[in-house]
Amino acid sequence: MSLNPAPDATPGLRRRFIVISAVAAGIFGILLLRLWHLQIVNDERYRFLSERNRTRFIHIDAPRGTMYDRNGVMLVDSRPAFTVSVLRQEVADRQALFSRLSQLLGIESRQFEARWRAGQILPDYQPLPLLEDIDRATMEIVQEHGIDLPGVIVEGKPLRAYPQGPVAPHLLGYLGEVTEDDLRRPEFADYRPRNLVGKTGLERLFEEKLRGQDGYRLIEVNVRGRELRQLTTQKPSPGQRLILTLDSKVQAAAEKAFGEEAGAAVALDVRSGEVLALVSRPAFDPGQFARGITAAEWQALAEDPRHPMQNKVLRGQYPPGSTFKVAVALAALEAGTATPETTVSCSGGITLGSHEFRCWNKGGHGAVDLHRALKESCDVYFYRIGMQLGIDRIAAMCHRLGLGQPLGFPFGGERGGLIPDREWKKKRFGTAWYNGETVICSIGQGYVLATPLQLASMTAAVANGGTVWRPQVVKRIESLQGDLLWTPEPQKLFESQWSPANLRAVRRGMEAVVNEPGGTAFRNRLPEVPYAGKTGTAQVVGRRGDKAADTSKYEHRDHALFVAYAPAIAPEIAIAVVVEHGGHGGSAAAPVAKAMLEAYFGINREAPPVVTIEETAVNAVPAAGIEGGADGSAATAPDTEPPPLPENLPIPAVPPATEDEPVDPAIAPPLRPAEG
Amino acid sequence: MFDRRLITHFDWIFMLLVVLVAVTGIVNLYSATANFSGAATPIYLKQIFWFGLGVLIVIGVCLFDYRHLEYMGLPAYGVAMLLLVAVLAVGRTSMGATRWLSIGGVGLQPSEVMKIVIIIVLARYFSERSTPVGFSIVQLLAPGALLLMPVLLVMKQPDLGTAMLLLAIGGTMALFAGIRRATVVALGGCGILAAVGGWFLLHDYQRQRIYTFLNPEQDPLKSGYHIIQSKIAVGSGGLFGQGFRKGTQAQLSFLPERHTDFAFSVFAEEWGFTGCLLVLVLYLLIVLWGLYIARLASDRFGMFLALGVSAMLFWHIVVNLGMVIGLLPVVGVPLPLFSYGGTSMITTMTGVGLLLNVSMRRFMF
Repeated sequence: MSLNPAPDATPGLRRRFIVISAVAAGIFGILLLRLWHLQIVNDERYRFLSERNRTRFIHIDAPRGTMYDRNGVMLVDSRPAFTVSVLRQEVADRQALFSRLSQLLGIESRQFEARWRAGQILPDYQPLPLLEDIDRATMEIVQEHGIDLPGVIVEGKPLRAYPQGPVAPHLLGYLGEVTEDDLRRPEFADYRPRNLVGKTGLERLFEEKLRGQDGYRLIEVNVRGRELRQLTTQKPSPGQRLILTLDSKVQAAAEKAFGEEAGAAVALDVRSGEVLALVSRPAFDPGQFARGITAAEWQALAEDPRHPMQNKVLRGQYPPGSTFKVAVALAALEAGTATPETTVSCSGGITLGSHEFRCWNKGGHGAVDLHRALKESCDVYFYRIGMQLGIDRIAAMCHRLGLGQPLGFPFGGERGGLIPDREWKKKRFGTAWYNGETVICSIGQGYVLATPLQLASMTAAVANGGTVWRPQVVKRIESLQGDLLWTPEPQKLFESQWSPANLRAVRRGMEAVVNEPGGTAFRNRLPEVPYAGKTGTAQVVGRRGDKAADTSKYEHRDHALFVAYAPAIAPEIAIAVVVEHGGHGGSAAAPVAKAMLEAYFGINREAPPVVTIEETAVNAVPAAGIEGGADGSAATAPDTEPPPLPENLPIPAVPPATEDEPVDPAIAPPLRPAEG
Repeated sequence: MFDRRLITHFDWIFMLLVVLVAVTGIVNLYSATANFSGAATPIYLKQIFWFGLGVLIVIGVCLFDYRHLEYMGLPAYGVAMLLLVAVLAVGRTSMGATRWLSIGGVGLQPSEVMKIVIIIVLARYFSERSTPVGFSIVQLLAPGALLLMPVLLVMKQPDLGTAMLLLAIGGTMALFAGIRRATVVALGGCGILAAVGGWFLLHDYQRQRIYTFLNPEQDPLKSGYHIIQSKIAVGSGGLFGQGFRKGTQAQLSFLPERHTDFAFSVFAEEWGFTGCLLVLVLYLLIVLWGLYIARLASDRFGMFLALGVSAMLFWHIVVNLGMVIGLLPVVGVPLPLFSYGGTSMITTMTGVGLLLNVSMRRFMF
């Protein structure tokens, strides 16, 4: 039926079929070679890629270790917080994703875009956080619309919480994201970008113990990154617990007592050097850092002239003022240049060469012995015994009391203060020491500087009979199960053997300051617990001639200081308080210490005591307080004993603006502004 | 017309090869679509149905003598061309291309019809002429025009893969028929020029596919994704594969188009080099057997018809596998008997039927 010729008619047909079959087989050979290359030669690589495709390594941040005060009150907690993150590999169209998120959550998509860009330094596979610490409603919205939001996940991540509020932030410290520089250092080898790390305080000091061990989950995901099943898992192990020496009641009382004032307060256990309270005001809120501080917030903190970020207990160096008289008194007694019975006649000042050194009490104290000199803070007495003693012997006693050098506080860049002597003067200025300088140093002015911690430590040494302990802030470290992992050994820095009679004389004087009528802190006595103390007022601005500094200016006002230990017999606690530009030690600083002692001894003063007619009558006398008329708080002071009239104090002699312990400005060496 | 001898001459071995591959393909589809959700009929069941239909087509095609096709070629060509024009005018658009024509609710791809029709038309042309020195360029004008007209229409859809396949099928047949050396050189030159010129006529997505093929990693999430994921799937198969239904690339949906164009990736991942080798051998046997049928054909038309069908199967296999293993750009060419799809199955089984038809009538003239 066909007109077609038979295939055999075509010449070379057989050859053509062989060629075409060979070409076909050859091309199949190429395909096979390629398969060999992919499946046999490179199969490891593709197996790895396949594994990486289907598995996700999810870090689980370990809850950071918590912190408690000495009584088990939780100060720093680790609470679960949730973060909306995005797996960048899963996102095809991020504009669309962000506008959808923005629509759902009512947050501008620009913000997400900014986070996205900022997160580009993270490795690709790591979730990039878009919104941190979201509330439950947000979490529900995101989870509900999971299918609409490819690549978006909600991650749990522990965050810092402060159940007692921002207590002792300078001691506890705050957290911040680990920096890129840190990450390059070997000790941060197992940190990842955006991990939180302790930046200051205990958070930083005990970073290793608080951090815990992050866990992980290896999960299998499908192409949309949705988790299908868990392959392996390693639970995170939470960080260890820190039990601090802090007594949160004392701490809170001090913080409250400061009100809006700036300054520092510290309380030590005189028997061990344990820090019971550490207050630096104004303070910052570590929660702000936990949430992620903004640039504006940070700038406000950094530029605040009252330095809220600084730990003034450690780094504030203040002229100790009359609190220094404790050291001078002890030095004179121990050196034998004075006895408790030594009497000095105070006529309101002394003259040395052409300089006049005044007592704060222009009218003079008359004949003063050690007891009264401490109680009423007579400057002339200390000018005299200081001169007899000489600066080097004062300095030697100071060093035994822990002044003039750092006390080994474990962190925070503790300052050493300054205790001058002849050698120091020569080294520093190349000039000889003048007697006038001894005079001015004897009342804690001039070159002398001390940190609040040093003043508390000095007071503790007087209270415990001569031991300067190294300050401790951590009582013990426990595992989550409560096993004791670490506890510090109390460490003695100095131990002095003073004559019990001399020590008793100084302590009696300090007791009189608080408990005897006419004492400079008499108004702040505690009837329940007799305690001892010493007020101080440190001049901030040098005065020329008789012209007083402009006390209306905050920064010209004097610093108010107060040191105390309690109880007077068998002391337990020593306190130092500095109220910057607070005015009088007795009126501004002592109430803080009193509040701390009330908290320490559990004295509840919620209800104002019943005021007797007798008291009302006495309190009505405006200048009844030894602190002078500037103290307007007399009527409200919750005294339970009738304050006696000052014994040796002619009331008209106290002008309103006069400090209790002024320094003659004429000879005052240039005052260095206190650190802080 | 029907002779009982035809049954004894039926090429059972070739049919067995086809069934083996088709069954492997269906088993593979069962795994590839295991995680498809929805109440619809499972893909592998549908594929079984299509294969069953394909077997009926084979039987149907074998029932009449292929030599009748000689005269039906040109009218069929005319109809197919009309359909190709119609598809451009009123066709169904999906994924940026208009390839489908809906006739009475049944989808039809005219370009698939054209694959078979062009083989018939060219077989007739080349079988009627024979030159000892090969065809000249003038002699190739007519078959060239017959080939290029549908190629251009298909490119217009645009369906680059099918257009290239039509060219490859026609080219293979022409080369086999014999072309003068000078003509080969001239046509080669024209081809290169056309390729360069065509570059500018390509759609963006087509150009992107070529870029992506050259460097898939440059855009791993979008256009490079197919190639990368396919290579990972194939490569991770190793020597013996991950095991049936255990290929994570496929089962966890990392592999796109895994029941259609990339079905073989699933197979390679789960059965490894060993499985691939077996399937490749089966495919090669089918192609070589097709060429063998061509060689034993009782007439030149039958020979060219069998050759054309073999070329069609060959190029489908090579282009698809080349794409799956990253040797060729991603063009939507299905793997015969492996990729899911009724159209592909019908075309393939029609071709198989033609081969069997030629084979069983090799002793008749």
